[in-house]
Amino acid sequence: MTITSLATLEGVTRRYGDVTALHDVDLSIEPGSLVGLLGPNGAGKSTVLSLLQGTRRPTTGTVTLFGGDPAQAVNRTRLGSTPQETALPPTLRVGEVVDFVGRHFADRVPTAALAEQFGFGDLLRRQTGSLSGGQQRRLAVALAFVGRPRLVLLDEPTTGLDVDARRTLWDAIRRQHELGATIVLTSHYLEEIEALAERVVVLGGGRVITDAPLRDVLGLVGIHRVRLRTTDPGAVERLAGIVQASRDGDAVELDVRDADAFVRDLVRSEVPFTDLAVRGATLEEAFLTLTADARADVERSAA
Amino acid sequence: MATTLQLTALHARYSLLETVRVPIALIGSLVFPALSLLFFVVPQAQVAGDPVIATQAVISLIVFAVLANSLFGFGLTIAQAREQAWDPYLRTLPVTGVARVLSHLCSVGLLGFAAVIPVVVLGALLTAATTTPTGLLGGIVALLVGALPFMLLGTAIGYALPSKAAIAVVQVVMFSLAFAGGLFIPPFLFAPWLDRLSMFLPSRQTRELVVWAVQGGELPWWSWVGVLAWTLVLTVVVLALYRRDEGRRYR
Repeated sequence: MTITSLATLEGVTRRYGDVTALHDVDLSIEPGSLVGLLGPNGAGKSTVLSLLQGTRRPTTGTVTLFGGDPAQAVNRTRLGSTPQETALPPTLRVGEVVDFVGRHFADRVPTAALAEQFGFGDLLRRQTGSLSGGQQRRLAVALAFVGRPRLVLLDEPTTGLDVDARRTLWDAIRRQHELGATIVLTSHYLEEIEALAERVVVLGGGRVITDAPLRDVLGLVGIHRVRLRTTDPGAVERLAGIVQASRDGDAVELDVRDADAFVRDLVRSEVPFTDLAVRGATLEEAFLTLTADARADVERSAA
Repeated sequence: MATTLQLTALHARYSLLETVRVPIALIGSLVFPALSLLFFVVPQAQVAGDPVIATQAVISLIVFAVLANSLFGFGLTIAQAREQAWDPYLRTLPVTGVARVLSHLCSVGLLGFAAVIPVVVLGALLTAATTTPTGLLGGIVALLVGALPFMLLGTAIGYALPSKAAIAVVQVVMFSLAFAGGLFIPPFLFAPWLDRLSMFLPSRQTRELVVWAVQGGELPWWSWVGVLAWTLVLTVVVLALYRRDEGRRYR
């Protein structure tokens, strides 16, 4: 028998009262992958993580973690998690928190070594309440790795951090992945998913909308963003193939399905323009289009 | 995975460490039962002056101290912890519900017993209450056993309710159990129907158990059977509530 997946959701539906947070979701996490869970608030990202952590149970369907039930403590010995908010016990010292969590695991990273990897070696004697937001976040993420986990679930790992702190933490997460940890992360920062994830699962309205390699998700949408200045924005916006347009004085920004065809049309139309720029869609733009399409599909099938 | 016992000790130790770093939290629980003794027992000469009655009055307030600290300590600590993100995080670690509930009994429970000390000291100094070393030792053991239903009841309230509701419920339960259990008014003053009712309450049962352990005499069978029954039933209830608990956030 081959058990390849570290964790699976099979036909999982989860309701909170009248609200269906997840609707018949299938998902499997393969060893060695770095999976980004993407979706707006309420899409079901946190519910997926809490099901894998065993803190919540599915209404119907099956969730497995290392082949067992995640609600059983014994199946969580190779799982690493991080609290979503910075909610560390404020009176405990940094070193004490690391020791406390570390002692749940048979083979743990020594406190000093972990602090070194995540850059808080000089803070071990400080009470966690006195740390800055960035320092607390680094500690919280480090806690997920203290037990040498095979699977790590990171919920919004860099929420509220400035650019430098975020990059430092990304480097640390990438290093852990290279050392062999399988990582699932959710994020509101779409550039974070773009920077880290190899595979992207887009959730919307409690369903899996897309589950594909990062490259494919970007290619799937195929949207390009065109910017230009013109004295006649109205004429530009009447051209074919525009998904969305916005205007600021003489500057026009357009999302188009086919950038090449659009530029040909633009030149042929002889509308005066300057400062033309074309670039691929960011994941954020891709994801907004994907969820909008999915919503339209649902509405069509409902009608 | 570490054993349940190791994890119980680990969680209890860190929970105590957290509390000790904010020592003011301990003051309220230490002072209230001692004040009750000073105001309600010491000034009444016919109670404070009689060795048997004074000892029973001190025991009643000791049981009250443990009852109040158990309900408040467990009920509020757990209800509040569940509303913060740290507790849900702890649930993702490889630690069982049994170890976490046991760790609460050892940490919050231990602090509750600290409130007994001032009552014992004041009772010995200011009233005619008296006992032998054997009586004292027996009383401590009986109190440890008799405190279990209180702690488990507090734990159940903590896991069943949000903290605002827990405060209200704890107060109602605490004063009902204290009055009807004969902790404020001695049971020999009770009307027969109240006396009968109070035999079903863990507060009355624990009071009788400790009085017997300290003063000797006859142990009413319903007191130890009652403590045992409450402990068993509440253990099952607490573990079921822990498993059902999914924190307070709904999405």
